[in-house]
Amino acid sequence: MKHFRKLSVPYFIWCIIFILIPLVLIILYAFTNGGNDVKTLNFTLDNFARIFDETYIKVFAKSLLLGVLTTAICFVMGYPLAYIISKQDDSIQDMLIMAVTIPTWINMVIRTYAWINLLSDNGIINGLLGLLGIDPVTMMYTNFSVVLGLVCNLVPFMIIPIHTSLRKMDPSLTEAAMDLGADPVQTFIRVIFKLSMPGVINGIIMVFLMAISSFVIPRLLGGGQFVLIGNLIEQQFVSVGDWNFGSAISTILAVLILIAMRLMKKMDASPMDEA
Amino acid sequence: MGDLIELKNLTKNYDDLQVLKGINLNIKENEFLTLLGPSGCGKTTTLRIIAGFEEPSSGEVLFDGMDISRIPPYKREVNTVFQKYALFPHMNVFDNVAFGLNIKKVDKSVIETKVNRMLNLVGLKGFGPRDVSNLSGGQQQRVAIARALVNEPKVLLLDEPLGALDAKLRKEMQTELKKIQKEVGITFVFVTHDQEEALTMSDTVVVMNEGTIQMIGSPIDVYNEPENRFVAQFIGESNIIEGTMKKDLLVSFDDFDFECLDKGFPENEPVDIVIRPEDLDIVEPEAANLTGLVKSVVFMGVHYEIIVESKYRDYKIHTTDFSPVGKQVGLTLTPDDIHVMWKMGVY
Repeated sequence: MKHFRKLSVPYFIWCIIFILIPLVLIILYAFTNGGNDVKTLNFTLDNFARIFDETYIKVFAKSLLLGVLTTAICFVMGYPLAYIISKQDDSIQDMLIMAVTIPTWINMVIRTYAWINLLSDNGIINGLLGLLGIDPVTMMYTNFSVVLGLVCNLVPFMIIPIHTSLRKMDPSLTEAAMDLGADPVQTFIRVIFKLSMPGVINGIIMVFLMAISSFVIPRLLGGGQFVLIGNLIEQQFVSVGDWNFGSAISTILAVLILIAMRLMKKMDASPMDEA
Repeated sequence: MGDLIELKNLTKNYDDLQVLKGINLNIKENEFLTLLGPSGCGKTTTLRIIAGFEEPSSGEVLFDGMDISRIPPYKREVNTVFQKYALFPHMNVFDNVAFGLNIKKVDKSVIETKVNRMLNLVGLKGFGPRDVSNLSGGQQQRVAIARALVNEPKVLLLDEPLGALDAKLRKEMQTELKKIQKEVGITFVFVTHDQEEALTMSDTVVVMNEGTIQMIGSPIDVYNEPENRFVAQFIGESNIIEGTMKKDLLVSFDDFDFECLDKGFPENEPVDIVIRPEDLDIVEPEAANLTGLVKSVVFMGVHYEIIVESKYRDYKIHTTDFSPVGKQVGLTLTPDDIHVMWKMGVY
């Protein structure tokens, strides 16, 4: 076994260079102010204090709101789909899951541009509405278009973990519930849904995480003035050049996500009491 | 004791495959009935039709005289103990057992009394707060039985419930199940492929093969008076010999005539004859008509299994007396050791 362990060395080096060091650097940047040379470091909490400005608080609030909304829509759409898929024959299940994943093979930016073509004021949908004599509806650069883009991109990440947990569930558990007098609705609520909770939690964490940190979709579908946390970070690094402030926002975002994940995991682990 | 369940001409097709080919069976109140057969014989399908998990392709399932074959499982007065127990992993022992009562919205205090009484009955007193996944196979089994029985069904269906247990535990559970059945006084329908299990526990054994019922009878009848070659072969070990029924009480095989207790066959009817290995006695060659050479001796614990090679066939004999390999021996039997059966497919 010992010489197999050596094979993992490149992996550890990879992890250190590309995950650990950048992480340490971000935290370092977050707690220092600009203009440091290699020898001296000036530690400060100013970067964090700046976030409590009203504009930034609003950005955080909006991001969280849109993240929660996107996750909720993904869940409401994804669970029934995952459930229906899990009820099919094995070969059909594989095919349907494939169909769910295929869109993710296409670059996200391209898919998002497709939405612009559909949603813009002189786009396809408004063109069709015009044929029916309906005035153009503004859909682009609104919360609607951003959430739509996010849901469209992220719903597979909700469906797949839920489907996995439903699929590996022993079908005799459903039969046992029915046998003990539970009608299909009671069986679903008391047994199937509760047993699929690990999948639901994973789906929620993944979708929420990606929704709250995304910046390409909000910029393309929300326009320049549509600023979410992801955009704010991107701006700080790319256009403003204030890496210290950008790092501070990143750190706060990471902490928020960690807290959310802990809460979700706790919910999953806590004993589910019978009503 | 009236009939509680009647199966009438039950068939079941899966695509082109017919797994049940016309099952007719009456199950009485308070009876321990076992469906016995090799895998794929349709015994589990029959059970699942009674439980309501499968619909028959044709035929009727009468319960107390009413056809229930299209009624969903949650409206039936039967409960099932599943092969792999199917306990709810997200609930503790108490909540598993209380599941059916919770669904029926029974009063909390009543649930508590009933569940605890049931846990006592199956020998799991005080196990209520335990997590089901930490229980042993035997304990999970008991929870599954308690979970089904607490609903006070008229019939308990058991789908090979002892299959996953080790030999010793299985023996214990056999006795215990029988005891529980006596105590609660309801009908048990038990599915197994293990003939010993069927013979020790049942009031009635239903032997099935390839979607048909081969024989219905008490364990003693099924063992001693098998109706055909399949039943004789499947239950216990046997020497099955082709012979001819000369006339009532006289059967001929291996060149000799033997007195027997069977009658009612036409004269010179070709028949199958069953002789159980423990019924053959090994004697000196001069004292018997049937003679042969001891071909092999295997020590089986309680007895030896001796194979004697005779002119027409090898006889299997179970005896506590040792005979050395290569010895010339005679084989004797009394009239009640011989059981004559119709050839298969004649009736």
